[in-house]
Amino acid sequence: MKDLDLGTLLAVFQEMLGWTLWPVIALAVLASLAFLWVVLRDRSLLSRRLVWAEICGLGGGIAAVLIMQAVTHSGFADLGGPIDWLLVVGIFVFGAIGAALGFYALFGLLAGGSRKAA
Amino acid sequence: MSGNQDAVALKRRSILLGAPALAGGLALAGPSRAGVRTNAKIVIIGAGAAGLATASRLADRLEGASITLVDRRREHLYQPGYTLVAAGLKSADYTVSTTREFVARGVTLIEEAAAEIDPVGKTVTTDQGKRLPYDFLVVATGLELNYGAIEGMDVARIGQNGMGSVYAGPEQAAATWRAMSAYADKGGVAVFGRPPTEMKCAGAPLKYAFLTDDTLRRRGNRDKAELIYNAHVKTLFSVPIVAEKVRMLYADRGIRVTHDHVLRKIDLERRIATFRTPNGDDEQRYDFINVVPPMRAPAVVRNSPLPWQTGPWAADGWAEVNRHSLRHVRFPEVFCVGDVAGVPKGKTAASVKWQVPVAVDHLIAAIQQRESKESYNGYTSCPLITRVGRAMLVEFDYNDNLVPSFPGIIAPLEELWITWIMKEVGLKPTYLAMLRGKA
Repeated sequence: MKDLDLGTLLAVFQEMLGWTLWPVIALAVLASLAFLWVVLRDRSLLSRRLVWAEICGLGGGIAAVLIMQAVTHSGFADLGGPIDWLLVVGIFVFGAIGAALGFYALFGLLAGGSRKAA
Repeated sequence: MSGNQDAVALKRRSILLGAPALAGGLALAGPSRAGVRTNAKIVIIGAGAAGLATASRLADRLEGASITLVDRRREHLYQPGYTLVAAGLKSADYTVSTTREFVARGVTLIEEAAAEIDPVGKTVTTDQGKRLPYDFLVVATGLELNYGAIEGMDVARIGQNGMGSVYAGPEQAAATWRAMSAYADKGGVAVFGRPPTEMKCAGAPLKYAFLTDDTLRRRGNRDKAELIYNAHVKTLFSVPIVAEKVRMLYADRGIRVTHDHVLRKIDLERRIATFRTPNGDDEQRYDFINVVPPMRAPAVVRNSPLPWQTGPWAADGWAEVNRHSLRHVRFPEVFCVGDVAGVPKGKTAASVKWQVPVAVDHLIAAIQQRESKESYNGYTSCPLITRVGRAMLVEFDYNDNLVPSFPGIIAPLEELWITWIMKEVGLKPTYLAMLRGKA
């Protein structure tokens, strides 16, 4: 790719996602801030809540891979080389971390200040 | 510091300079440079990929210039998407947008066709009689599909009676899918090939044979079908290493190859394609055929003084430009980019992406009376689809060298899912960003 810098990437993602680009970025930033706020509020990561968030994260990772396959009319049989498997792992990890982080923040917000709630 | 080190340093600087833009969410195209002040009159003929991208970059870099785009067609066609339409994966409107939405601020669009180019008088005349004098001219007319050169061919019948033609347009690509899909339900003989002329995306005819094979397999009818690819010369592709790979894949998929076959006549009623060969005509009966027409420069260029006067590109009227600067060799105020440029290889959107910044820099250098150091090395690329879900990222230059963008990461001659994803998800937004001068 020629001139592959952040400005180019942003322009490409803007064409890909249209008006939804900034809401998507805002959602990701809000989820990250909510996660940080919940952790700071509780002054620790609560293991019980974290386990539930990780379980949801697994679902998020699987969903990310399946959504990518659905969008691209493809499946696991189309994986042709190591880079493809790395890409699947990358998509899974991206979806899993995003979902786990989001669900941890959501559970924390729903539980309010209670440290016992999941 | 060597040229390579310069490039790396520049790229690093671009990344660093891009970060604040991302954080601020304001500037999208990285660092803005001080505009070059000029009152030059620049006319661009053609508002396709090359014309729009050129206009965007000129508008970004010049202050005070008069930049005029001339094109009668109001729709913008994303031609790399035709293959996906003809594979039944996208609807025809996936490839259609409007020209106006990509015209950069400060650029004037005249919705008339260029009828005459006078590079001596430095004037373009439109079909409505408008005279447009210029200081610099960018010819980005694209090319002409010469269906008339195939005896018996009727564009209006694309999609009927087993005849398809992916190139003719979005609706014709969709009609080709309907014809191919109907064929894949039954099997029979499918015939493919390419013209002997220069052509846009020489990988596309190869892809469509692969996609037909894939569709037959998915329908369980591959054993009822015979696929024949008629190469116009003794190889399947102009880059030897790619030709060998495709030869092996075709052998693996059971696609029979004939050589030195050029489609010269088609009987649409009886479904017979006649090929010119060194041993005389070869008639092939077909149940499905993908017709790829000969291609040539549009009449406005062919009938001007711009084409090559001798050599392999003279007959079809391709513009005589320096292959590294895209500057016309006899009329230095004229640049020709995209399909119409008479250079080896490279009639693709990827070529446009590489050509336009070079031609624009040479044009601006001429305004500034300096020499440009930019050089186009013939880079072009083709995500060569080998089935739905896999493609090979083939990138090469004038010298038939493979020039992979991701060496060591994405193997150029390997059928990969990641390459397919780039084709189906990444290519169109990159293309659209290119039209805006941002990629």
